[in-house]
Amino acid sequence: MNRSKDGYKKLQTGWKILSILLLVYTCTAGLLMEVPRLSIVNESIRALYFHVPMWFGMVFLFFMSAFNAIRYLRNGSAFYDILSREFATTGVVYGALGIVTGMIWANYTWGSPWHGDPKQNGAAVALLVYLAYFILRGSLSNDEQSARLGAVYNLFAFAAMIPLIFILPRMADSMHPGSGGNPGFNMYDLDNRMRMVFYPAVLGWILFGLWITDLRIRIKRLTINS
Amino acid sequence: MYRVVLDLFLKEVKSEIRQQSVLAGLALYLFSAVYIAYSSLGLRGFNLDARIWSALFWIIILFSAFGIVGKGFIGERKGILLYYHSLVSPGSLLLAKMIYSFLLTLFLSIGGWLMFSVLLGNPVQDKGIFLLNIALSSACFGSTLTMLSAIASKAGNSNVLLAVMGFPVVISILLLSVRLTVNTIDGLGFYASSDEALTLLAIHLLTLAVSYLLFPYIWRS
Repeated sequence: MNRSKDGYKKLQTGWKILSILLLVYTCTAGLLMEVPRLSIVNESIRALYFHVPMWFGMVFLFFMSAFNAIRYLRNGSAFYDILSREFATTGVVYGALGIVTGMIWANYTWGSPWHGDPKQNGAAVALLVYLAYFILRGSLSNDEQSARLGAVYNLFAFAAMIPLIFILPRMADSMHPGSGGNPGFNMYDLDNRMRMVFYPAVLGWILFGLWITDLRIRIKRLTINS
Repeated sequence: MYRVVLDLFLKEVKSEIRQQSVLAGLALYLFSAVYIAYSSLGLRGFNLDARIWSALFWIIILFSAFGIVGKGFIGERKGILLYYHSLVSPGSLLLAKMIYSFLLTLFLSIGGWLMFSVLLGNPVQDKGIFLLNIALSSACFGSTLTMLSAIASKAGNSNVLLAVMGFPVVISILLLSVRLTVNTIDGLGFYASSDEALTLLAIHLLTLAVSYLLFPYIWRS
């Protein structure tokens, strides 16, 4: 009994340590290792390790948020509502960081931070959809009602995010790497050196997002219980 | 079930016809919006670019749709909702409201098109495809806005909340409609715009399915 509890504790801290190690690796190897020289992007290709994992992380966190919204609607326990809300919060932070890192990259590669590219616009609108979620939560004073309507809107927002991020940008010409003949992800796939940093980076950032959410959930539960 | 949906739908139509002020207000709203566009852009036979025409058209339709269709649930009195609650299943009420707001938006867009033709000219070449475009977009607006108005009606400041939640969600529909309209103005034929039309249909089906599954949870309170 005691041993299994110990094992659980080890597992609980283990993934946090793994996240730190992966991110330290990402930051050192990502900035120091060799990268292929592609035209236009050149050294700015290293944004792949910081910018792209933000979107992977955001989609993952929003997915967890929607998943917990479903769990809340199915059994009505306030715990799932806290989970859903905090996952959405971290997801929005990741999305904002994704936009900011993208803008820094675009400033050097495209010449201006906001280029009106379909992918930029889609991402910005998707974030607006989720910001409206917090306004909805804030404007309902009844806790139970706020939780239920929030969960419903959360699922609605998730459904609205899919066309905004995955479908619409692909229907228009874009200067973003990976579309319209620009060097992109498929080219990196051939390059094993980049893959060795990129996959750990994605995992590391996702775990880091989970960790932040975990902390926020625990703080929330403490403030509610006290 | 079909019977119930039909009855609820007919009730909506009847109550709308009885309160003529709403329909008249809608027509006047649309007319003034088109007239403002005309007097600021279209005077002296200034020829509008295809993109400006379609953007202007859809923005005006969008704002009118927000004002009228968004009221789907916000305008209802508490007593009536309670009465429905004891009488019909949530799914049929939602469907009836959605069909009603779809037809209202359709009516609105066709009226808007007529006013645009009179005041700002009618550059649309593929009229059939444009009608299809109007129908698809109205269906999308109708389903999305009805669902959002159901959510917003539970909160205090519902009209502001509806706008805040609605605009970002509707933007993807609006962008597709504008693109489709530009294609019809250029007379590119159906194959050039089948992508957009299918995506609109897919978005409509997606919101319809999500709303149908989720509406009972809003309805319970």
